[in-house]
Amino acid sequence: MEFNLLSDIVEYCRREKKDMAQAMLEYEMRNKRLTREQVYTGLKRTLFVMEESVEQGLTQQVISPSGMLNNWAKTILQCKVDTLGPALKKATARAIAVGEVNACMGKIAAAPTAGSAGILPAVLVTMMEEHAIPRERILEALLVSSAVGLVFAKNSSFAGSEAGCMGETGSAAAMAAGAITYLLGGNEEQILESVGFALKASMGLVCDPVGGLVEEPCTTRNAVGVANAFVSAQMALAGIKSLIPADEVIAATKEVGDLMSPRLKESGQGGLANTKTGREIQKRVFKTAE
Amino acid sequence: MSEQPSIFDILGPIMIGPSSSHTAGASRIGYIARQLLHDEPKKAVITLYNSFAKTHKGHGTDKAIIGGILGFGPDDERIRDSHELAAQGGLEWEFKFVGDFVRFHSNTARVKLEGKHGGTVEVVGASLGGGRIRIQEIEGFTVDFNAQLPTLVIIAEDIPGSIQKISGAIAEKKGNIANMFVARNENFANMIIELDEHADKETVEKIAALPWVKFVRRVEPMLEGSSRYEK
Ligand code: SF4
Repeated sequence: MEFNLLSDIVEYCRREKKDMAQAMLEYEMRNKRLTREQVYTGLKRTLFVMEESVEQGLTQQVISPSGMLNNWAKTILQCKVDTLGPALKKATARAIAVGEVNACMGKIAAAPTAGSAGILPAVLVTMMEEHAIPRERILEALLVSSAVGLVFAKNSSFAGSEAGCMGETGSAAAMAAGAITYLLGGNEEQILESVGFALKASMGLVCDPVGGLVEEPCTTRNAVGVANAFVSAQMALAGIKSLIPADEVIAATKEVGDLMSPRLKESGQGGLANTKTGREIQKRVFKTAE
Repeated sequence: MSEQPSIFDILGPIMIGPSSSHTAGASRIGYIARQLLHDEPKKAVITLYNSFAKTHKGHGTDKAIIGGILGFGPDDERIRDSHELAAQGGLEWEFKFVGDFVRFHSNTARVKLEGKHGGTVEVVGASLGGGRIRIQEIEGFTVDFNAQLPTLVIIAEDIPGSIQKISGAIAEKKGNIANMFVARNENFANMIIELDEHADKETVEKIAALPWVKFVRRVEPMLEGSSRYEK
């Protein structure tokens, strides 16, 4: 069973009268010769690791070895001001929490990469809490986001060194947007619209980590990726259409990634990594660490 | 149809941070070296090349490799404390760094191990991103496999019929060979045999008992990605 485009998956759903989660369940069962239970065991483990990583970042002491990250998730949670109600604040803290746990050598699910590992957990935990969605449905949402990731991986790239940060936090936001849209009753077309919106907002995002470490700007970009996912899903659920279809947006991320200078793709030589302060941090971190 | 990615390659790997190439891949290289040693390691000399050499501390690459040598998988939280645990367990280790070595991939490590029972092994592996690795050298032989499948690594005198004998021993137990690579130097042949299923102990012993076989090791894929749950 082979899906190369999101439109292939939608087509399959229509023909087989399945939803996107069922389509991906069948994809995995057939290709990997697994039972439904085996696939669900893997999904449960993934969700469990995601929840744990959020929890750890919100409760444990997390200061990254470089000193760049310092218990920010907890700081956000304690903030007295809400820009848009407590839900957005908590979602922000959750994304940062996972980034901090990752930087401190904690356990994460790299969905789709370690650098972008905060977005899906923050979105899924927030959906469970705000909409009282049962875990079983959240596992289905993971299947939906895997559909988005699969097609993105085939036609673009998750590697910051190839597609910049649109390949990491951009694709993660798109996967999360699809999950939200699915969970709130969006149909296949609407899921694709949300993916299109999220990726268009990330188009051309460079990969410029300070000192080559997955900390600055990665961690805060995850939090913004969460907001991107919720806003993109909101537009799609309202019935607004991404004028450029999602598959074409994915193709454009590939083109843009190819056109981007290598200096802006994980080299640590461009963008924020190459700022005066970025250079100073790099010197300090690697001197004290050697 | 080519092999399709698993949804768990997209939603994972589940790993210890911060970087799939500098941490997860690094631990797998250490782990494979341990399997090839097939003994409790007592001494390790690790050379990090290129990007690994330059950024290992910030990414915990050194902890990840020692963790792998101790037998921890890429998702084992003990990796964070691997240096303390190794010291307690009596492992001695040393890191060397080579900043620019163009012949190797940017994230490459050479791991030399010595076991408590006197065996040694030397392995070079590269970390390719996403936790994937490629083993490039074993005991001086150029090899090329990714340890995604159960793999047998065999070094034997290069005599006529040796390959047939070995594949015969595998077929006898209904083992199915997925891929096989042979590399030769003056007197020896190195065989990398990827199997569909784990080779059982008996098969391995049978091959090891062949008088012209010098070295047989099983390398089991790590439990992650598509194989992270019981099949
Ligand atoms: S800036 Fe680069 S390393 Fe950081 S999350 Fe984005 S792609 Fe990953």
